[in-house]
Amino acid sequence: MPRIVMNLVERILARASGRSSVSPDDVVFAKVDRAMVHDVSGPGVIKVFEKIAGQGIPTDKLWDPDRVWVAEDHFVPSAEKISAENIARLSEFTSRYGIKNHFRYGMGQYGICHTISHEEAMVMPGDVYVGGDSHTNTTGALGAFACGLGHTDMAYVLLNGQIWFKVPETMYFRLNGRLPGHVMAKDFILRIIGDIGTDGGAYRTMQFGGTGIEEMSVEGRLTLCNMTTEAGAKNGIVRPDQKTAAYLEERMNDAGGGTTAKVSLSRGGADYSEPDGAESDYAAVYEYEASELEPVVAEPFSPENTRPVSEAPSVELDKSYIGSCTGAKYEDLEAAARILKGKKVRIRTEVLPAAISIYRRAMESGLLRIFLDAGATVGPPTCGACCGAHMGVLGKDEVCISTTNRNFPGRMGHVESRTYLASPMVAAASAVTGRITDPREIVPAASWGGGGT
Amino acid sequence: MEPFRTVRSVATPLDKINVDTDQIVPKQFLKLVQRSGFGRYLFYDWRYERGEGGSDGASVVPRPDFVLNDPRYKGSAILVTGENFGCGSSREHAVWALADYGFRAVIAPSFADIFYNNCFKNGVLPVTLERGEVRGMLKFGGDIEVDLEAGEVRMYSPGDPAAPPRVARFEIEPHRRTVLLEGLDEIAQTLKYEKEISEFEKRSGPTNGAIPPLSPDKPLGA
Repeated sequence: MPRIVMNLVERILARASGRSSVSPDDVVFAKVDRAMVHDVSGPGVIKVFEKIAGQGIPTDKLWDPDRVWVAEDHFVPSAEKISAENIARLSEFTSRYGIKNHFRYGMGQYGICHTISHEEAMVMPGDVYVGGDSHTNTTGALGAFACGLGHTDMAYVLLNGQIWFKVPETMYFRLNGRLPGHVMAKDFILRIIGDIGTDGGAYRTMQFGGTGIEEMSVEGRLTLCNMTTEAGAKNGIVRPDQKTAAYLEERMNDAGGGTTAKVSLSRGGADYSEPDGAESDYAAVYEYEASELEPVVAEPFSPENTRPVSEAPSVELDKSYIGSCTGAKYEDLEAAARILKGKKVRIRTEVLPAAISIYRRAMESGLLRIFLDAGATVGPPTCGACCGAHMGVLGKDEVCISTTNRNFPGRMGHVESRTYLASPMVAAASAVTGRITDPREIVPAASWGGGGT
Repeated sequence: MEPFRTVRSVATPLDKINVDTDQIVPKQFLKLVQRSGFGRYLFYDWRYERGEGGSDGASVVPRPDFVLNDPRYKGSAILVTGENFGCGSSREHAVWALADYGFRAVIAPSFADIFYNNCFKNGVLPVTLERGEVRGMLKFGGDIEVDLEAGEVRMYSPGDPAAPPRVARFEIEPHRRTVLLEGLDEIAQTLKYEKEISEFEKRSGPTNGAIPPLSPDKPLGA
């Protein structure tokens, strides 16, 4: 029995598929508004193009090169010859098809694809946005339907601008009240994954709402949606509001006021900023009290192995990693710097801002000085160490605390290394002590303001 | 693509839950883009021990305790495994590796979404069965037959191959079933519906039209 009132994801998919209404499990053929590939999925798509061109299917032009953008993030700086050749292949691809939005390593703004999606305002509220990467879910925080696809599906989208979706059911996570200052969005999403498991969101949408989300910054919301992937969700989403619009407008317009682009929260008669609906609009509703949340870690080897930092085992750490699309946005760095200011790290600590624009802001506001003074190394944006590919991988038996999103066996290096997932504040506090540490142990709770990042 | 109708072989039991695509194909092989030959990297870190001085396959030795190295399962075309198979990274290389190794079907209580979709693009059938049924298959050891047309998985008793098999039923969405039965790929499949799609377009108009274009001329790093 279809519901009369559609929830946010249903409204977006109805609009994109030209229907007046859709219900969970409907299969719809939706128009895609934006599409992204990076230096792993891009070469994969090129291969698919070559294969289907051999079958006589035309691949000489894309559906709309202006709606496609390309990131270089997984294997930059090039670790060896093959990655260097993949980057060259990507450049050849973007120039052949006339893709103007190619964010190149070493040429101004570039960074992790999901970070670029918000730093460069590449995706708008209400969009259907697909990317050749599983963490494409991140960008749903801007109020878009955002999900990852495999190479073949991406190739299809680039040629046709549309794709089939089965309309997902929506699980609604309500956060009541503002997060305490020492608790970050990362702690909240790890707690949720611990509660529902790594397949708890399978084939479904995870939507976040409630007063805690309204008060949360856009970057905090991005952290939540980023890790819906670790719960197996099709996508994550937050209702777009004035905060979303302001965040994007700040990034679309020059600081000097030379341009005045506006972000619309509605499209084709659908207002995506409408308040979240009644319980009956969702397959399940989960309630959390912000005041009851605390810093957590996810122990090896699964993001669902969460436990409060206060109950974490006493392990000797070898490294603290503050990087990735999950944990190296500007506010993540700011939070880590709040802990590291005036302190010294006791373990190898690496800070890799997730995009050059963030790197620049961190330089201008003095965060980089705080990290360097503490003894940490600051590196260029890359997915390298997060996926264990290069730029600081773990050796056998090494233990890492990390602001990233996965701690599968061997994810960050040797198959017998171990990673604890944590918030930037917990990773920074742990860098100071060399063991898993509550941020309040380093900076007294009395000095915390309201949280929400 | 080779049409998928019926596959019968001994089933390889991989008794693990949440097997992620990092385990199916480790990251060091992601930069390779040829679609063939990935079978040798399948479950690489579980399958091989590194010999001294070897990093990318120079001197690896098979781990005798890993199921793919067990001679009983040589030539197997069916993998049986636990919940949430294929979670993690969206890398399509994971399915390329399974297919190239020779697996035509994977049976599990549940699959991760992107992996599940990728299977159909590469001629691999993901079969979702009740957890209890899959647990039984993990311990089974006999031949299993996956019949897509009938929507059945049949387990033939190893002791008495002539005895009637135990049958489990599974469901696959109709369009995906067609894709595999006819050996189509998604693109060929969609071309079959070209008329319907263009009518839909006429009806709904350009829904993309109202969106402001991206601004490629914006200064980089601004």
